Amino acid sequence: MRYSEIGFNLEIDLSRGNIERVETDPRLTELHLGGLGTNAKILWDRISPETDPFSPDIPLMFSSGLLVGTPAPGANRTIITAYSPQTLLMGYSMMGGFWAPELKYAGYDKVIFQGKSPNLVYIWINNDKVEIRDAGHLHGKGAVETQEIIRKELNQPNAQVAAIGLAGENRVYTASIEQGRSSASRLGLGAVMGDKGIKAIAVRGTKDINIARPDEFIELCNEVLKYIKFRNENPVPNVMTILQGLGSPQEMLHIDEKWHTENFMWGNARVRRREFWNKEIEARWKEVQESVRTRLISCYNCPMKCGAIISVPGLSTYMMKCFSKLTYTMAAFVDDLDFGFKIAQRATEYGVDGFSTPQIMAFAFELKEAGILTDADFEGCPPDNEGRSFWLLDRIVRREGIGDILADGTYWAAQKIGKGAEEYAHNNIKKHEQLPLKLGMLNPVYFLMYATGEKINITQIEGQFPQVPFATMEEREEFVRDWIQVPDEKFKQMVLDWEPRGERSNPYYPTVDMSVDIVDWQEKMHYIDDVLGVCTGLSSFPLKPPYHIHNYPKFISAATGIDMDEAGLTQVYNRNRNLVRAINIRRGLRRSDEKPPQDHWKKRFPELEERLLDAYYKFKGWNMDGIPTKETLQELDLAYISEDLIKRGILREEQDTPSKKTSVETDKK
Amino acid sequence: MGEKKKKIVKSIKIDLDKCNGCRACEVICSAYHATPRYSSNNPARSRIRMIRDPMRDVYVPVHAGEYTAAECMGRDKYVIDGKEYDECGFCRASCPSRDAFKEPDSGLPLKCDMCESEPPLEKPKCVEWCLNEALKYEEREEEVEEEVKAEDMEIGLSSLIDKYGLEKITDAVARMSQKG
Repeated sequence: MRYSEIGFNLEIDLSRGNIERVETDPRLTELHLGGLGTNAKILWDRISPETDPFSPDIPLMFSSGLLVGTPAPGANRTIITAYSPQTLLMGYSMMGGFWAPELKYAGYDKVIFQGKSPNLVYIWINNDKVEIRDAGHLHGKGAVETQEIIRKELNQPNAQVAAIGLAGENRVYTASIEQGRSSASRLGLGAVMGDKGIKAIAVRGTKDINIARPDEFIELCNEVLKYIKFRNENPVPNVMTILQGLGSPQEMLHIDEKWHTENFMWGNARVRRREFWNKEIEARWKEVQESVRTRLISCYNCPMKCGAIISVPGLSTYMMKCFSKLTYTMAAFVDDLDFGFKIAQRATEYGVDGFSTPQIMAFAFELKEAGILTDADFEGCPPDNEGRSFWLLDRIVRREGIGDILADGTYWAAQKIGKGAEEYAHNNIKKHEQLPLKLGMLNPVYFLMYATGEKINITQIEGQFPQVPFATMEEREEFVRDWIQVPDEKFKQMVLDWEPRGERSNPYYPTVDMSVDIVDWQEKMHYIDDVLGVCTGLSSFPLKPPYHIHNYPKFISAATGIDMDEAGLTQVYNRNRNLVRAINIRRGLRRSDEKPPQDHWKKRFPELEERLLDAYYKFKGWNMDGIPTKETLQELDLAYISEDLIKRGILREEQDTPSKKTSVETDKK
Repeated sequence: MGEKKKKIVKSIKIDLDKCNGCRACEVICSAYHATPRYSSNNPARSRIRMIRDPMRDVYVPVHAGEYTAAECMGRDKYVIDGKEYDECGFCRASCPSRDAFKEPDSGLPLKCDMCESEPPLEKPKCVEWCLNEALKYEEREEEVEEEVKAEDMEIGLSSLIDKYGLEKITDAVARMSQKG
């Protein structure tokens, strides 16, 4: 018997209409654990690196994680993987909600789609019975609407449905995959789903998930719940409100948005709206938020309440979490949150990313002001900020007129528009729009995370380590006192020594080596979450989370029966980290691509930044171009990767010098 | 007169407003009732089920009650404070009208046992795992009189006599007593 995992994947060939239940190799679980790890392995094995993200050969994977569906709190993530049409690199995007646990109860760890359906379809997985069904009647339907229609027509109120909206159907590069209160929004995987002709995947399962050592496992779960309760009652002091608790930032609960609204850069990641927050705004936002928010809700088997049901009078109900409450409103320079909830309703039904899309829209209006785009491009566009935002969102999602160009994101749109538009696509890393944040002094840890993160999103690598130093020694001592999550005591000393000003402050403290250590720890926790399918909100993202490097190996051992300790888990992390890196290296990623936006910090330190990258690569066992060396790969049981890279001339037999400098920037798809 | 007896009434107070819809109650219930204990979990086997429809803000945890062979002649639909709940949305029966509270493999009915065990738990598992306190356990002692209410039986009997006649009823009682 297989424990914690099911041991079967569902393979669906959309071109031929073939459906198979395929047993997986337990050895791969030992090597990669599951989720992101085994997704990456399949991506490496199945396709050549030259394959276009919209090729029928691309496997689009919907995976659970190793602990998903077990009683482990917060183990509910769906990890979706393919190539990103926007970055052209490996695209993995994740969502919480209820979908992945249901898939495991239906008897599968992953669904892997290959080929393309000639017409729009949806997939109905009901335990062993799997159907490809016509979705002609769902053309153009909203992503939330589609979930409801499918549940009704199947007469399955307990089915969980992941769906795309019109944006995915039209292969918009910021298209999301929506499910309940969650969405996999980043990197355009909704466009890949649409390209394959899949409108939705409905799943219902009524089978068991087995646990190898039940008593041990449930005790660990009870401890995690106890710690969550403790953390909910004891917020971390001396850090700003949104960093005090667990979960994602509690923006559905809180009204006070002074910090976000005034400190982020709005419009096209340009303008700080200083003194935006005042008494009238606060009163109005409170009134609006409380009138549309029906209930605070969570994902499967999680006591947090990071999301909310939103019912705006006159519009269909939807769900929201975290940051999209702000992004549309603030980027459009609208003051009324009522607009934010209304446009987010439309954006959610269309199925678009709430990070990138508002920036793309603001980018277009900037280009118009600069005379690079013309009135002809905006014919019929209303003059007011609210009206023009709705108008442009419609054009982008429908790929009409200028919207067709903007639908590829700011990087590709700027390439097409030319005339200096490239300068305006200023907030990207590896062609992907970033959090709209611009700061003063370079933070060495954040520099490395921004530069090297393979998910290409800071929230998917940061966490655990404080973002800024504490002001006083008393505060630092208080913080480290019950900091059980550190992998090593040395991290406590770093916090104790880190000063807001002076010798031991940014950018030279934490030192280069310390920065590398900190990044490796934070990155490690995210990679572990992503193979286990545990929400980062209970693990790698917040300060002092209930899951950490000391209890995770016990969870894995008790759930699966695989003997796992901290060293073993670190080895799995390194293996998966290098596998993901190798996939992107084979796609053309090089050191020259690893740079945060030039204007991310006002004060930059080019020489220090080079040293940081050098040290990070060295620590990882990579050459100075960011490519894993033969030795590193061999130690991680990835000799087949080094052989492939050598065969392709990317890696040399005898190495430590970088091979030819190429860049994904220069490679057209 | 009957004898006075002490009885413990166990109840779970369900506060729908506090529910975040996470279904942890289903997870831990099905794990607790697995054999061996916690060796597997499967919400479809749970003796507490979330009747949920997020789009209408319907979140109702319901504990499995009695098995019934036949569904009701009519179905109830509650509207509370303007919100319409599902048909049978508060009903605890394991009933042919729906798939809740039946073993998914055999179709055999499931019933909440308040996690009875030896030694007894402090509270049922679903309550323990509900950190939002939508489920709260309450226990109280009641003194009840155990008596046979002769009048109730006689009313029933006389209606049978009216319908079938005294002779047939006496025959039937005699025959049934012989069978033991």
